[in-house]
Amino acid sequence: MQLPAHFEYQRARSVEHALALLSRHGPEARLIAGGHSLIPMMKLRLAQPELLIDINEVPELGGIEITEDEIRIGALVRHTQLLDCAEVGRSAPMLHDAERVIADPLVRNRGTVGGSVCQADPSEDLSGAFSALRAVADIAGPAGERTVPMRGFFHGPYQTAVGPDELLLRLRVPLPAPGLRTGSAYRKVSRRAGDWAVGAAGAAVTLAPDGTVAEVGIGLTALGAREFVATEAEDLLRGQRPTPEAIDAAGRAAAQHCEPVADQRGPVEYKRHLAGELTRRVLRDALARAGGR
Amino acid sequence: MTLVDPRRDPAAAAPVPNGFGPMLRKEDGRFVRGRGRFVDDIDLPGMLHGAVLRSPYAHARIVSIDTGGALAHPKVRAVITGADLERRGMAWLPTLSHDVAAVLATDKVRYQGQEIAFVVAEDRYSARDALALIDVEYEPLAPVVDARRALDPDAPLVRDEVPGRADNHVFDWEAGDAAATDAAFAAAEHVSTCDLLYPRVHPAPLETCGIVAALDPVTDRLVVHCTTQAPHAHRTLYATLTGIPEHRIRIVAPDIGGGFGNKVALYPGYLCAVYAATITGAPVKWTEDRSENLMSTSFARDYHMHGEIAATKDGRITGLRVRVLADHGAFNGTSQPSKFPAGFFHIFTGSYAIQAAHCRVTGVYTNKAPGGVAYACSFRITEASYLVERMVDVLAFDLGLDPAQVRRKNLLRPEQFPYRCATGWVYDSGDYPRALEQALEMAEYAELRAEQAQRRAEYERTGEGALLGIGLSTFTEAVGAGPKKQMDIGGLGMADAAELSVHPDGTAELRLSCMSQGQGHETTFAQIIAHELGISPYAVNVVQGDTDRTPFGLGTYGSRSTPVSGAAAATAARRVRERAKLVAAAMLEISPADLEWEAGRWQVRGDPAAGASLAEIARAAHGSLELPDDLEGQLSGRCVYNPPNLTFPFGAYVCVVEVDPGTGQVRVRRFVAVDDCGVRINPTVVEGQIHGGLADGIGMALMEVLAFDTDGNHLGASFMDYLLPTALECPSWELGQTVTPSPHHPLGAKGIGESATVGAPAAVVNAVLDAIGVRHADMPLTPAQVWSAMRGRPLRTDLAVR
Ligand SMILES: Cc1cc2nc3c(=O)[nH]c(=O)nc-3n(C[C@H](O)[C@H](O)[C@H](O)COP(=O)(O)OP(=O)(O)OC[C@H]3O[C@@H](n4cnc5c(N)ncnc54)[C@H](O)[C@@H]3O)c2cc1C
Repeated sequence: MQLPAHFEYQRARSVEHALALLSRHGPEARLIAGGHSLIPMMKLRLAQPELLIDINEVPELGGIEITEDEIRIGALVRHTQLLDCAEVGRSAPMLHDAERVIADPLVRNRGTVGGSVCQADPSEDLSGAFSALRAVADIAGPAGERTVPMRGFFHGPYQTAVGPDELLLRLRVPLPAPGLRTGSAYRKVSRRAGDWAVGAAGAAVTLAPDGTVAEVGIGLTALGAREFVATEAEDLLRGQRPTPEAIDAAGRAAAQHCEPVADQRGPVEYKRHLAGELTRRVLRDALARAGGR
Repeated sequence: MTLVDPRRDPAAAAPVPNGFGPMLRKEDGRFVRGRGRFVDDIDLPGMLHGAVLRSPYAHARIVSIDTGGALAHPKVRAVITGADLERRGMAWLPTLSHDVAAVLATDKVRYQGQEIAFVVAEDRYSARDALALIDVEYEPLAPVVDARRALDPDAPLVRDEVPGRADNHVFDWEAGDAAATDAAFAAAEHVSTCDLLYPRVHPAPLETCGIVAALDPVTDRLVVHCTTQAPHAHRTLYATLTGIPEHRIRIVAPDIGGGFGNKVALYPGYLCAVYAATITGAPVKWTEDRSENLMSTSFARDYHMHGEIAATKDGRITGLRVRVLADHGAFNGTSQPSKFPAGFFHIFTGSYAIQAAHCRVTGVYTNKAPGGVAYACSFRITEASYLVERMVDVLAFDLGLDPAQVRRKNLLRPEQFPYRCATGWVYDSGDYPRALEQALEMAEYAELRAEQAQRRAEYERTGEGALLGIGLSTFTEAVGAGPKKQMDIGGLGMADAAELSVHPDGTAELRLSCMSQGQGHETTFAQIIAHELGISPYAVNVVQGDTDRTPFGLGTYGSRSTPVSGAAAATAARRVRERAKLVAAAMLEISPADLEWEAGRWQVRGDPAAGASLAEIARAAHGSLELPDDLEGQLSGRCVYNPPNLTFPFGAYVCVVEVDPGTGQVRVRRFVAVDDCGVRINPTVVEGQIHGGLADGIGMALMEVLAFDTDGNHLGASFMDYLLPTALECPSWELGQTVTPSPHHPLGAKGIGESATVGAPAAVVNAVLDAIGVRHADMPLTPAQVWSAMRGRPLRTDLAVR
């Protein structure tokens, strides 16, 4: 059995309480949500926090809410909850595509949306998905609340905009204006069910009434894309008709501008190929869902 | 009067056969309820906990070890280093392959994860914490990582502690007739050659290895609870290593959560725990964690093979030649019969009538963990079977022939048995063409080929869609080691024993030298006794794993339990039956010659109403009945079974895969497995063994591998890196069977524990390569490997991907 080093434990009752504990105990304290990233790291002694602040019973952090113009997902929403929410599946099917291929039911039952993005693992599927969807993050800290766009949230591997005395409250996914045709999709290549991505891509497309691409978001996971997105590919498509040639060009751009690293999941050449191949496939899927093809 | 609650009596729940046939496993009640008792469940009063400090380097000289910090920890009771063991002559232990291995490193470390020190503390957390307080100064050395460079003149020396040693060469070994094989190749119409790697993999049992060692101060005996597949062999080894005589050692293997050969060897942690128990006077538990298990305990395979196959233009095989480079890691620690340095690899002509065959195996040292014979390999028949099944497909590829057709042309025919193969094995029995035809029929082979052609055309036209691949494997196994005059392990002949006692009430106790790790011995062996004595399997208590309560024998691995211990149990039961006959004759006051055995009773020939049931006989045998002078009272029998030959199970597998050419992803759509293991004692247990092995096959073919980077870092030290297949990667297995009884086994049974692990990998690999039209690429066929192979640049899977 792998055993963590000694740590203290406190249960936070509210956001305010969690923040107070964070400022009292300083950077050696860590929030714990589902624990599926943090506890394995503690068992391998890659992380040795002195205090765990358990936020699992903080009521403000739970729940999914869907309004006219956005989906609000509490930081403590479990993967399973997101997957079980039919409305999320309708408004942002990419999130369901992604959730279906994240880990396994055991991990999904405990792991949280907030923990996933705060972990900022380069292979975290939701990072690519929320970045493609241009979500924004609401963060609470000693000085109050602030909002950071997803594209700007990730500062590097395992580093985010959330400061050591701050806490992620929720993610908000903007919904396109009613009447516009829109679709999104996510695909992942892995060596086995439950394995982290060799590479994955997500695309969200909104079509203008004339059939051109009004807005597009392309996320890449585990492929070394800056901020998990393929902006060059997005720029190529925006305002264009989504023809097979345009999609191919977007795929090529996505492949060209990412910087994957070789590991046991595959060599750079292959991962770069996947960036292009998966970008093309998710764009086609998203367009099909938007009824644009 | 009864204390038995009929609702809780499993015997009452479902009718079971008084003998062979499907029945639920007797042991599963406790397993599915979480009531198994494993080594780590054992908690003795005053027990201390051990933890092992391991090397971060693959190759480094140890300059100094300072244990002061750890000893100052308030809960630490002892810290043991190689120097402490050296003083007792225990720093090195002899292996089962004529080498020695370090217990705790003294001079240098030779692989990442090697044991350096052992901390004993009051709880397992403190033991772990204290590891960080030990200071080791290393002087890193260049490691030998690539086996293919191990014999280079400038390769670093792994075993420089051996005086006069100048290279990393372990052994050369050959089998078959080299000259005849050369002649067959010289005369051949066609020769295909191929380099293939069976990469280093790991058995990865769910339960890792562990021990609780205790010295009983009252009896002055060493009591060891341990995850061992071979309790009696371990007792002998502990006696040799510690000097404690065998009668003062008791080994107990409680429930074991999977072994696959990983729990045959005696590991440094065990010896340290025994030593720690001696110096602290307290019981000491050590349980390794997952990374420790994957990094330091017996791996499997690691064979780099150069195969050559000679044939006529129409695909009749005339010769097979193999050169093998075997990576044995830092110590030659393979657990196998001592006269077979390459295990049973030389059964590599498989199921085919190949007149000329020769193999040459060279073992080398590298800076990797020792091991090599594990993971249901039947002593390296996995490697042999993969080699020949792949070479047959390469031949078919080169000649443009259908792989099924090439197999049909070359399979041994039933009338050729018993068959002596070119390297000397005598196959006991088989009907290979029948198994192949059955498998092809179940798979609807012709229809599959048609679908394949159609999908390929579609893909070529549109660039879209999945490719279909069909892979065959017609393998032969050789299990049940083995005849004492050829096979021993560490000098112990490979015979096993069984002791059977029938109690006064007619229920029985069977004591075995083999040890289940999940194979279902409590059921299968009870059914053997039930079959022989006509009683319920629930009337038989099967005892295994405790050297104080079981007869000597070598244990469970190499699919040998049913072939060897099963034969011993059946023979012991027959002896009991014969003795029961004499008792019955005394009871009935009749000549034994006038009695006949019928469904659990001896009865008078011609007067079936006159007779005695086994229970009545048992009662009488334990009672006051006057018995003939030469007949002992009570009712028991034993047998030490020395098998006359191995048993030769075989099978024909068809794997059907779909490959996404755009991503390289493989989906196993179907798997048809026709197995012949002779008589099936419990068909359900047999199918369970096959299911597990087929999953292993998918695992090895598609995802499992232990690779190392250029610094010798182990790249598979967790279950995030070392991938085992899940239910989602496995199709619903389609099983078929033929039954060709073993002519020399008392029950006609052959081993089945490893057949599918031996036969399946080649079927999966053949299918994937068939789908993408590639001649060869090494396992595991991950998406990246498939994609790279399609581009003509397959990866070297034993090294870090770059
Ligand atoms: C076996 C396994 C397989 C997996 N496979 C995948 C996969 O295929 N794809 C994938 O994307 N993920 C995968 N994961 C990761 C899984 O999705 C994440 O572990 C999980 O969702 C992270 O959430 P958590 O709630 O468990 O985070 P925790 O482990 O509790 O926390 C992770 C980090 O986030 C911080 N944190 C948590 N909540 C907040 C908050 N509200 N505000 C600020 N900081 C916070 C913590 O302090 C910690 O640093 C896998 C995990 C496991 C164990």
